[in-house]
Amino acid sequence: MSEAIETEVVSEVMTQETPADTIHMNMIQAINSAMDVMMERDPTVVVMGEDVGFFGGVFRATAGLQQKFGKNRVFDTPITECGIIGVAVGMGAYGLRPVPEIQFADYIYPALDQLVSEAARLRYRSAGEFIAPMTVRSPFGGGIFGGQTHSQSPEGIFTHCSGIKTVIPSTPYDAKGLLIAAIEDNDPTLFFEPKRIYNGPFDGHYDTPATSWAGHADAQVPTGYYRIPLGKARIARAGGALTILCYGTMVHVVEDTVKTLGIDAEIVDLRSLVPLDIDTIEASVKKTGRCLIVHEATRTSGFGAELSAQVQERCFYHLEAPIARVTGFDTPYPHSLEWAYFPGPVRIREAINKIMKD
Amino acid sequence: MSDPTGSGGVDRQAGDGQTGRNLPPLRLHVPEPPARPGESADFTHFEIPAADAAPRPDEAAQPGAIRDMAYGLIRVLDEEDAAVGAWNPKLPPETLLRMLRYMALTRAFDARMFRAQRQGKTSFYMKSTGEEAVSIGAALALSRDDMCFPSYRQQGILLARDWPLVDMMNQIYSNKGDRLKGRQLPIMYSAREAGFFSISGNLTTQYPQAVGWAMASAARGDTRIAATWCGEGSTAEGDFHSACTFASVYRAPVIMNVVNNQWAISSFSGFAGAEATTFAARAVGYGIAGLRVDGNDILAVYAATRWAADRARSNAGPTLIEHFTYRVEGHSTSDDPTAYRSVEESSLWPLGDPIARLKAHCITLGIWDEDSHAVMDKELAELVRDAAREAEKNGILGHGLHHPMESMFEDVFEEMPPHLKEQQQQMLDEWKAAGL
Repeated sequence: MSEAIETEVVSEVMTQETPADTIHMNMIQAINSAMDVMMERDPTVVVMGEDVGFFGGVFRATAGLQQKFGKNRVFDTPITECGIIGVAVGMGAYGLRPVPEIQFADYIYPALDQLVSEAARLRYRSAGEFIAPMTVRSPFGGGIFGGQTHSQSPEGIFTHCSGIKTVIPSTPYDAKGLLIAAIEDNDPTLFFEPKRIYNGPFDGHYDTPATSWAGHADAQVPTGYYRIPLGKARIARAGGALTILCYGTMVHVVEDTVKTLGIDAEIVDLRSLVPLDIDTIEASVKKTGRCLIVHEATRTSGFGAELSAQVQERCFYHLEAPIARVTGFDTPYPHSLEWAYFPGPVRIREAINKIMKD
Repeated sequence: MSDPTGSGGVDRQAGDGQTGRNLPPLRLHVPEPPARPGESADFTHFEIPAADAAPRPDEAAQPGAIRDMAYGLIRVLDEEDAAVGAWNPKLPPETLLRMLRYMALTRAFDARMFRAQRQGKTSFYMKSTGEEAVSIGAALALSRDDMCFPSYRQQGILLARDWPLVDMMNQIYSNKGDRLKGRQLPIMYSAREAGFFSISGNLTTQYPQAVGWAMASAARGDTRIAATWCGEGSTAEGDFHSACTFASVYRAPVIMNVVNNQWAISSFSGFAGAEATTFAARAVGYGIAGLRVDGNDILAVYAATRWAADRARSNAGPTLIEHFTYRVEGHSTSDDPTAYRSVEESSLWPLGDPIARLKAHCITLGIWDEDSHAVMDKELAELVRDAAREAEKNGILGHGLHHPMESMFEDVFEEMPPHLKEQQQQMLDEWKAAGL
């Protein structure tokens, strides 16, 4: 049976599709389309999670998939994240390619053991006999008044562990291409979706009306198959004055702040934290001589600390100012003080001004 | 509870009845085993039903209709060494003798590898003495292509599936012949071709994984089922309960085995809830069929496993089986059981020894005798000795014949990403620079 499945997959993957039409999609639609495309191409892809089946997910990311592919491939699960990921490990060992959803990244901790001790180490401990080719989708980050249990950014917990990849898109186009690459990848991948920008880019000005993805160049998304390789950063804005490293929602906040300040910054959207495109980062910082790191997660031992260390190790003699970080504070995400916690335009502007004077 | 500081405070408010309320003080119950070192073992509190007492329900029975099975004890071999009752699998002589041989092989393998650890040839070993029937009985009742998600004391499954002894020993020695490249603690085998999932050191993580495998098999219209094992102590893990929920919800074709060997390192089964109920009874709350089996009676283990396998294969749902047994040796080579339990326990264990019981049964049937048994034991001791010598040609732990150091970086991912390549190169450069 498993051999039959493998043959089926190989033959389908080898089938080249003609370039597809491009239409407007928000990030939810792009993510939905990625799963739709992969479920069409590969019969071993299954989608599972709390409320993902009939209802289509609390953010609607799996809407219509159960109706189209049936309950054997898209199903609701009990409310146990440990169980969801443990079951996905077993399904992967069988020969399936599970795409479990953890409803909010804040709820991923009960699954930590299954993720970091099991999925992430299965290939290693069995010397390749068994693998865990799962992609764990999970909305993360704040900006929606979710309080401390619907706002966290736990990516740094996972980048610290060996054997698991961490991917974070910032546009609908990237979300689809990266998610397809993650599903096709034979290693476990965490796909953190910045839920603040599901429906439109967010410039950090929380007191102005929300914008949609309408008219945004990166919301023009091919309807068919395409992939963006994991481990390749995107230059969101080319420039020479300083390098700003960021990902997810913060890419848009940084872009707007840079535009407002009128500074010629180079903005690097990392897209993937593990594997990390250190070559692009190194080239940029060596060119600009300044490096600002922006993320929403708490600061201490956050991914920014790793970025800062690597930039220092590689670019020390090119640096003209200390590397700076703008991050969430080392506190829980406070509900009413969300916008004081969020690394928004005020804090980024001050950091840019300081790093340019140093 | 005294108040040594005389200051009142938290202790006074919470513990010593001085709150001013006319209520008795609350008491915390911390379980204590019946016997500690120096004390006499006492198993008189165990209720051991007659061998033919347990009824055998239909494999398709509703879990709610067979709840009693979770509180009884399925037994086949009686005190006169006869196979009796509704659960008697009525196996042909050749199968009985295969069972006997595999159990004896497991014990011989354990003896040899335990000694190898004591001789400093490896870091760690875990014997399954007294529990051989649990693995061998199940392995022979399952189909060869059913998938097993074992814990760390089911080496008998690999032996019953005729996996090469030398391959297992290479793993134990972490030598250059170890297919797992010396990455895993000894006995954490992985053998995909034998339907034997990679063993984790983290407890009961394999439970939801087995359920997931079984769900996949069902979703794909396959015919293979999954089986998994954990100890009674680790039924307390959340993974156990997540697995039971998933198994129940999706009626997964899986057999979940709880090996109740009474001890989790130094913690007796009371710390997993044994004072309150049986482990098979965990099934009741989940609406899963639960069976409680004399784990030292291989015919009972075989019959219960076959019942559960038939049930799973006919889409009637999962089964939780508690195997009531006794861990004769320490948890591993790293603990001394005389430090925490009565030395009398294993000799007084009321359900006997699984090998001695099957041997006596075969002798009673007239298909075996003491001389044949002695010849078999000698032959098996030589078999494992020869295998160990063969494996030791590939090296023993700490004597240099391991996989090359740069192999440490392989298999973290399918393709080695740049940061691992960089670290690998850095390590090699440093050793080279140091002249090593």
